[in-house]
Amino acid sequence: MTVILGQLFTGVSIGAVLLLIALGLALTFGQMNVINMAHGEFIMAGAYTTYVLQQTVTDAGLSLLVALPVAFAVAGAMGVLLEWALIRRLYTRPLDTLLVTWGVSLMLQQLARDVFGAPNVQTKAPDILTESTSLGTDLSIANSRLFILGLVVLAVAALTAALRFTPLGRRIRAVVQNRDLAAVSGIATGRVDRLTFFIGSGLAGVAGVALTLLGPIGPTMGTNIIIDAFLVVVVGGIGQLKGSVIVAFVLGMLQAMVEYLTTLSVAKVIVFVAIVAFLQWRPQGLFTLRTRSLA
Amino acid sequence: MTNLSPRTRVWLGFGLGAVVLFAAAPALLTDFRLSLLAKYLCFAIVAVGIGLAWGRGGLLTLGQGVFFGLGGYAMAMHLKLADAGEGNMPDFMELYGQLDELPAWWAPFANPVFALAATVLLPMLVAFGLGSLVFRRRVRGAYFAILSQALAAAMVILLIGQQGTTGGTNGLTDIEGFFGYDLDDPVNQRMVYFIIAGVLLALLALTRQLMHSRYGELLVAVRDSENRVRFLGYNPANVKLVAYVVAAGMAGLAGALFVPAVGIISPALIGIVPSIEFVIGVAVGGRAALLGPVLGAVAVAWAKTALSERFPGTWTYLQGAMFVLVVAFLPGGLASLWGMVRRRRERQPDATVPADGDRVLVQEVAA
Repeated sequence: MTVILGQLFTGVSIGAVLLLIALGLALTFGQMNVINMAHGEFIMAGAYTTYVLQQTVTDAGLSLLVALPVAFAVAGAMGVLLEWALIRRLYTRPLDTLLVTWGVSLMLQQLARDVFGAPNVQTKAPDILTESTSLGTDLSIANSRLFILGLVVLAVAALTAALRFTPLGRRIRAVVQNRDLAAVSGIATGRVDRLTFFIGSGLAGVAGVALTLLGPIGPTMGTNIIIDAFLVVVVGGIGQLKGSVIVAFVLGMLQAMVEYLTTLSVAKVIVFVAIVAFLQWRPQGLFTLRTRSLA
Repeated sequence: MTNLSPRTRVWLGFGLGAVVLFAAAPALLTDFRLSLLAKYLCFAIVAVGIGLAWGRGGLLTLGQGVFFGLGGYAMAMHLKLADAGEGNMPDFMELYGQLDELPAWWAPFANPVFALAATVLLPMLVAFGLGSLVFRRRVRGAYFAILSQALAAAMVILLIGQQGTTGGTNGLTDIEGFFGYDLDDPVNQRMVYFIIAGVLLALLALTRQLMHSRYGELLVAVRDSENRVRFLGYNPANVKLVAYVVAAGMAGLAGALFVPAVGIISPALIGIVPSIEFVIGVAVGGRAALLGPVLGAVAVAWAKTALSERFPGTWTYLQGAMFVLVVAFLPGGLASLWGMVRRRRERQPDATVPADGDRVLVQEVAA
């Protein structure tokens, strides 16, 4: 029983990390249909922001709290720059966007290597997050994982509220649902795109801050994790957030359970097969916006 | 040039290619350079397939490394078994010492005919499996690209995880013989080069025929306006599937030839990053042209060798910049430059630059 509970929580915490990374993608890929391969490098930027801040603000807890908004702003600004310089020219060519942003991600990785050096760096987590909370007799949960779970809940809540209740959120939804109609209704779609991209990229920065609690910071930290996050959005279905939320946790659990029964490498393959099988059943993802365009 | 018939021009082109590959290159290059060229030509074979699937079919496949790897591992498994001799286990299995006898799925690869067939058929089978599931359910565009990339990630993790039977991160190394020929001998290395060059030319001829057939027309039509093709009564899923499977077979063959040319196959050669590097060569050369992908792949691989050893950082920036500039501002690749010059002279519309269906329609109406 303890083992199952332990694996269950491992699954939830894998899911939380996945979701934190996928949340930004759910905006840029899900809402705007832009495949931004440099998203992983925005995560890296967030992580390095934490590292740099810790050089000046030495108190680990304080610097972590300061890093969250700063990383959001840094990664968001990078996203806006990318959108303005390249992506807006490519909205009609999604596949080419993928390749162009891959090129950008290569350059950003090399930039990180030149600025911070190729070896990984480490930040110091505040003491409270390095401990674990024990539940019951022999089950304990790392506080850093709980912190990330809390951060995800907060981020999802904030994003949902922003999309649902603010004027900006209303405009974003309008542009997603019918770009042309939104434009003729007087919405500056270009500006909405840029703001959406700012928020989506900023969330990547926040994810980067969270990842510093789990492992070292390196130039290639974004590359591997980003594919899983893209799969979450693909399986969740584009155009809304709830699909990504559900799928992130389901995939996290599946990964943890299969990994417990077999090995990490076999679990990855089984999860991939499960995703392809799922897309047979729902090729558009778990939830989709109903449109009248041809499938 | 303009006075020659298209048929004559094709024959001239192939003749020229054959002279360059079979006479000029071996005569002018040192053995070391020639073996590098053999490696680049393997990448060029992969590029021909990507040119067909992506340039003509619009299927951006970011997982060609998987098929390259399947072919490479099938070949390397046979060569390792042949090196070890009848009844012995390959050296790395002895080294890790986890196994008492050869795993059952290794055994058939001792048979050369089975192994050779597997280098091409195994990748085609995997591509058929994934492709028929995915295309029939109309998963396409970016979704397909991400799935194909995830396949590459899964394959690499699997290979590294099963170290005892796959060699793990090291891959299969130290391959000494090639069907009885010693690969350390420069003469035999030349032979491998000639085989690779011959295969490349043969596949180019095949691809040229495919592109100019009725099927080739259909493939471009599916790329530019899938729904219109469907309304005309064709099934776009089958059209895409053929291109994907053919591209996978080519990548598998390339992987199989890569092993004797370079002497190693490892996860680092087939993962996400090498898979996308296959694509950049195609993009630079010109995705929709016949020779564009070949020349692009060779040029990019050559530039990588020339630059990355001396200035590793600079090369990464350059590679990134190539992606950005070529794809964003010159989607037809370098091949389209020649077309632009010619068109400026002749003032003719051009059909080789891909565009999405609606824009084609707009251009048609505008014209």
